[in-house]
Amino acid sequence: MKRFGALLLFPLAGLLSGCDLVVLAPAGDVAAQQRDLLVVSTLLMLVIIIPVMTLTVFFAWRYRQSNAAATYAPDWDHSTKLELVIWAAPLLIIICLGALTWLGTHLLDPYRRIDRIEPGQPVTEAHKPLRVEVVALDWKWLFIYPDYGIASVNELAAPVNQPIDFRITSSAVMNSFYIPALAGQIYAMPAMETKLHAVINRPGTYSGFSANYSGAGFSGMRFAFHGLSDQAFDQWVTQARTAPATLSRENYLDLEKPSENEPVRHYASVDPGLFGAILNLCVERGKMCMNEMMSIDAKGGLGLAGVRNTLPLQYDKLARRGAVFGNDPSYVASICTAEEAAAAARAASDVTPKDWPARNLSPLRGAGLLRPGTESRRAEADTPSLGLLRREL
Amino acid sequence: MPDTLTKFIFGRLTLDSLPLHEPIVVATFVAVALGGIALLGAITYFKLWTYLWREWFTSVDHKKIGIMYMVLGLVMLLRGFSDAIMMRLQQAIAFNGSEGYLNSHHYDQIFTAHGVIMIFFVAMPFVTGLMNFVVPLQIGARDVSFPFLNNFSFWMTVGGAILVMASLFVGEFARTGWLAYPPLSGIGYSPDVGVDYYIWALQVAGVGTTLSGINLICTIIKMRAPGMTMMRMPVFTWTSLCTNVLIVASFPVLTAVLSLLALDRYVGTNFFTNDFGGNPMMYVNLIWIWGHPEVYILILPLFGVFSEVTSTFSGKRLFGYTSMVYATVVITILSYLVWLHHFFTMGSGASVNSFFGITTMIISIPTGAKIFNWLFTMYRGRIRFELPMMWTIAFMLTFVVGGMTGVLLAVPPADFVLHNSLFLIAHFHNVIIGGVLFGLFAGIAYWWPKAFGFKLDPFWGKVSFWCWVVGFWFAFMPLYILGLMGVTRRMRVFDDPSLQIWFVIAAFGAVLIAAGIAAFLIQIVVSIRKREALTDPTGDPWDGRTLEWSTSSPPPAYNFAFTPVVRDNDAWWDMKKAGYARPLSGFKPIHMPSNTGTGVVLAAFSVALGFGLIWYIWWLAALSFVCLIATAIGHTFNYHRDFHIPAAEVTQTEEARTTLLAAQG
Amino acid sequence: MASSVTTAGTGPVFHLEEEHAHAEGSSTMLGFWLYLMSDCLIFAMLFAAYGVLGGNYAAGPAPKDLFDLDLVAVNTTMLLFSSITYGFAMLTMDKGRVAATQAWLAVTGLFGLAFLSIELYEFAHMIHEGATPQRSAFLSSFFTLVGTHGLHVTFGTVWLVTLMTQVARFGLTEANRRRLMCLSMFWHFLDVVWIGVFTFVYLMGMLR
Repeated sequence: MKRFGALLLFPLAGLLSGCDLVVLAPAGDVAAQQRDLLVVSTLLMLVIIIPVMTLTVFFAWRYRQSNAAATYAPDWDHSTKLELVIWAAPLLIIICLGALTWLGTHLLDPYRRIDRIEPGQPVTEAHKPLRVEVVALDWKWLFIYPDYGIASVNELAAPVNQPIDFRITSSAVMNSFYIPALAGQIYAMPAMETKLHAVINRPGTYSGFSANYSGAGFSGMRFAFHGLSDQAFDQWVTQARTAPATLSRENYLDLEKPSENEPVRHYASVDPGLFGAILNLCVERGKMCMNEMMSIDAKGGLGLAGVRNTLPLQYDKLARRGAVFGNDPSYVASICTAEEAAAAARAASDVTPKDWPARNLSPLRGAGLLRPGTESRRAEADTPSLGLLRREL
Repeated sequence: MPDTLTKFIFGRLTLDSLPLHEPIVVATFVAVALGGIALLGAITYFKLWTYLWREWFTSVDHKKIGIMYMVLGLVMLLRGFSDAIMMRLQQAIAFNGSEGYLNSHHYDQIFTAHGVIMIFFVAMPFVTGLMNFVVPLQIGARDVSFPFLNNFSFWMTVGGAILVMASLFVGEFARTGWLAYPPLSGIGYSPDVGVDYYIWALQVAGVGTTLSGINLICTIIKMRAPGMTMMRMPVFTWTSLCTNVLIVASFPVLTAVLSLLALDRYVGTNFFTNDFGGNPMMYVNLIWIWGHPEVYILILPLFGVFSEVTSTFSGKRLFGYTSMVYATVVITILSYLVWLHHFFTMGSGASVNSFFGITTMIISIPTGAKIFNWLFTMYRGRIRFELPMMWTIAFMLTFVVGGMTGVLLAVPPADFVLHNSLFLIAHFHNVIIGGVLFGLFAGIAYWWPKAFGFKLDPFWGKVSFWCWVVGFWFAFMPLYILGLMGVTRRMRVFDDPSLQIWFVIAAFGAVLIAAGIAAFLIQIVVSIRKREALTDPTGDPWDGRTLEWSTSSPPPAYNFAFTPVVRDNDAWWDMKKAGYARPLSGFKPIHMPSNTGTGVVLAAFSVALGFGLIWYIWWLAALSFVCLIATAIGHTFNYHRDFHIPAAEVTQTEEARTTLLAAQG
Repeated sequence: MASSVTTAGTGPVFHLEEEHAHAEGSSTMLGFWLYLMSDCLIFAMLFAAYGVLGGNYAAGPAPKDLFDLDLVAVNTTMLLFSSITYGFAMLTMDKGRVAATQAWLAVTGLFGLAFLSIELYEFAHMIHEGATPQRSAFLSSFFTLVGTHGLHVTFGTVWLVTLMTQVARFGLTEANRRRLMCLSMFWHFLDVVWIGVFTFVYLMGMLR
């Protein structure tokens, strides 16, 4: 049996050497620390698991029925000393593991700025973090580089040994942003922002993907992550800047539509408020931004005056088909003077019902109705500060 | 106008809803239909309908209901496993630009259905069936507290299963993953019937599960034989009690959260929507507040099975009974404090994450203590390696690995790199197959002679055992490795060819498991054919320790002619040692509940109600709802729900057993 | 039963000579109590949902724009009175007075119906104003929590009528008394839940 096991191990070792256990051999310092924790925890647990497995086999063999030589004590069912050991041994392991967990979780909190590039190389003033805004779309990834004013789809690049600050959100459903070689994953959720801080230490091309099922095109939601030298990264940026396309709000609304297996694409320029608008579900003109809505809510809502003002709030426009019960949605399409209303009625009669409500709603149309006497908060919507914060428990 | 009429009659059900364009589904349908017709034909031919209806479907006997639960679990296991093997095949071939043989519409339904079926319609019926059959016998009771409710609970579970099966041939199932996270499961992103099937199947089955939980708690609290104090209850009864407490304290959460999702989908409310102030993450929290206790609902009774089996086959009292009981209770309580470990990656703060990580690890302490208790029960025993004991040893060796990877996943930074990966899949299959399924097979082999009066054939049992155990390691060890290679779950196609070999190995493991299932079915058939040779007239084939072994196999309808009196937690062992003599006279008439068909009828209306709601057939929904209420009210007007088994009949039954035992010598 | 456990002169006794009958319905109260606790958990979830979403008005109306505390106070009174009258029904039941029991039950039912009517009026009024369950997460959770309570009261009323019919037909038998006890627990339970709703939703809503 033993020899047979050894024979089995050879091809296994061969197989393992042939494959890339990226989680155990990552190229980023954060992932490497996570790997260390994983290995240490495993070893710690093996301290108790291996004796248990050995004892199981040993007792099963030793006290088999045919072995008359073994002691048989049919009524022996209690031993305070043994009980102490069997509760204390796991307890001790868990105390160690718990301490490790507490430290590790705080140290490797994805929201925390990293404080070292590599072991022994702390982050200094000289390390200016690269900011990347990540949006999970149906079914592709959009990366915006606010410092460079460029964006890319399904391709991410970063210079090695430079901290990267990710801000992550999603346009429609939940995804999880994960580059195993770089750092652990974090969810990308619509109308919510998550953060990830990481650094890549070795140049190379690594794979990234969504680690949370998000619908039909989920399998194709993969992207390449390039760890580049500083020069190569500059070249990459320059190349992106020469791309023919730009990412305005309108282009984004096209890009956002569900599509599968998208090729890599670059955008030479990006609307500066785009990420904030995506995060606050108000890329479409005339939509009320979430942060605006939340600050209105925090002040007690808009009262009955705002009750029919629902059009600027509707978001899930791509697929939302409405529910089967309940009243037909009615909403204020515009707040206007009598002349404007007449003009709007004339205009509306020219528009086919299919196009209405159309996208080019004027900003006047009820978006962000404010209580009399309050100051305008429209400005905030364009430069969203916090967005819909992390929802903690 | 006819269009409106069709819409009124059929809702959104049209001919297009039948998946005629999916050859795999059509072939399955033809096979199922032919098999179904053959089965129904056979039942009709052998004139079994009346027998089945009178003796089984309408039965309120906990033993028969338990067996029916097991049959349901087995049938659904075949369905759930077909889904599994289809996934394994798809993932083994979808490389190098190949799309495999399943499109995403089909594949996404398969992995959702696999999860839902395996948890709700395989594991749950198996576990409930086992508890139903064994608990009243172990506590010396004649039946459960509410026998009619028991029958109704079973049929509601069947009703849920019927809805899930219907989704295969009429319409589609959810394409959301087994927990149907919004916004993906909202009406906006899943406008079709799939999620509605999911919701109503689980709601219908959930009613059954909650009621059966209440029923068994009452049974254990109120119906124990005299002398059986709480600390003299067999460990299986203890774990069943804890499981049912968990059921009653967690299934309502599922009911509530699915109702809210249904409201979002049907009424247009904004609980889990992106807009209008909804909060999808609340769903994730709420469903896991149910979901984590659910894990312990599944495993705890099997811990009980392993305790019974280890003690019986080691011929020894269970080591550390008291600490075993406390460990179970501690697990029960702690299972409510860990739900957030299912989504550390949501971005909660480090303190929240470490709190839930550490509470999760704390659960491994009582679990570890249990493992040690089994270990020291074997110590200085006389271990007989019958099938149940083999499963137990396999469980101990397999489960500790699953437990270890589980604790690993409870370390939040480690979870960040392993969450949703195939490592996670390997982990929970490691504990669910290695714990729940191995335990079920141990339990089935252990109590089968009690239920039918003959043992299961050991040869085919061993074939099944080895296929399962080896198949399990082949199927899931590659997934651990793939997880460490950064491969995530629910992927349909792959672009890295170096992964393929591992998926092929995993598929091979799945084939071995298929052989294990086949061997298990063969084992049952062979055992039935060889029942004369395998017969056990004593009622106590394993030299058992608890009360169920004191009565005949199969037990009479009334379980015990006289209510037993208990002095020790191994009651039957104690009785045997003290020279117990079976009473041979003085039998009294026994008060028993009557059979009723109301449970079947109520469940049938529930299925019709669910179907109407799924397809927007409002008249059907309204009609079946009214019928449901009317039947329920009508049932309360029946005050004569019991009868007495005459003393003469009891005497006759008991004398037959006396003769049998005497022939035994 | 304790007597059989002791050892009689010849040796230990392992079974009861007499039929050990668990009294008919001996588990019913416990079972029904467990059911109520599971129902309580559903309400707990709805309260939790309201707690999370109750402030999300989606730039729409807030509690103080919608709630009419006077009306709700009247409504609460109806329900509290119905609990008291149910109590009287139970007292007369204990004395075995069928007619009086029926009368108190009828009064309870009427109070229940009054409660439901006022609640429906309140809902209709809000929906008419545009504050529908679809308008905001706050309104969704409000309508669901209060509506679920209302649905329970509706079922309670149907059950009450059923029991009155059964009492009329079969008298205050053991089984019927047990059923009345169960409904009593259910009814008082709904009362307790309503007090939670009144405090948590209405009063605190107005303070917000």
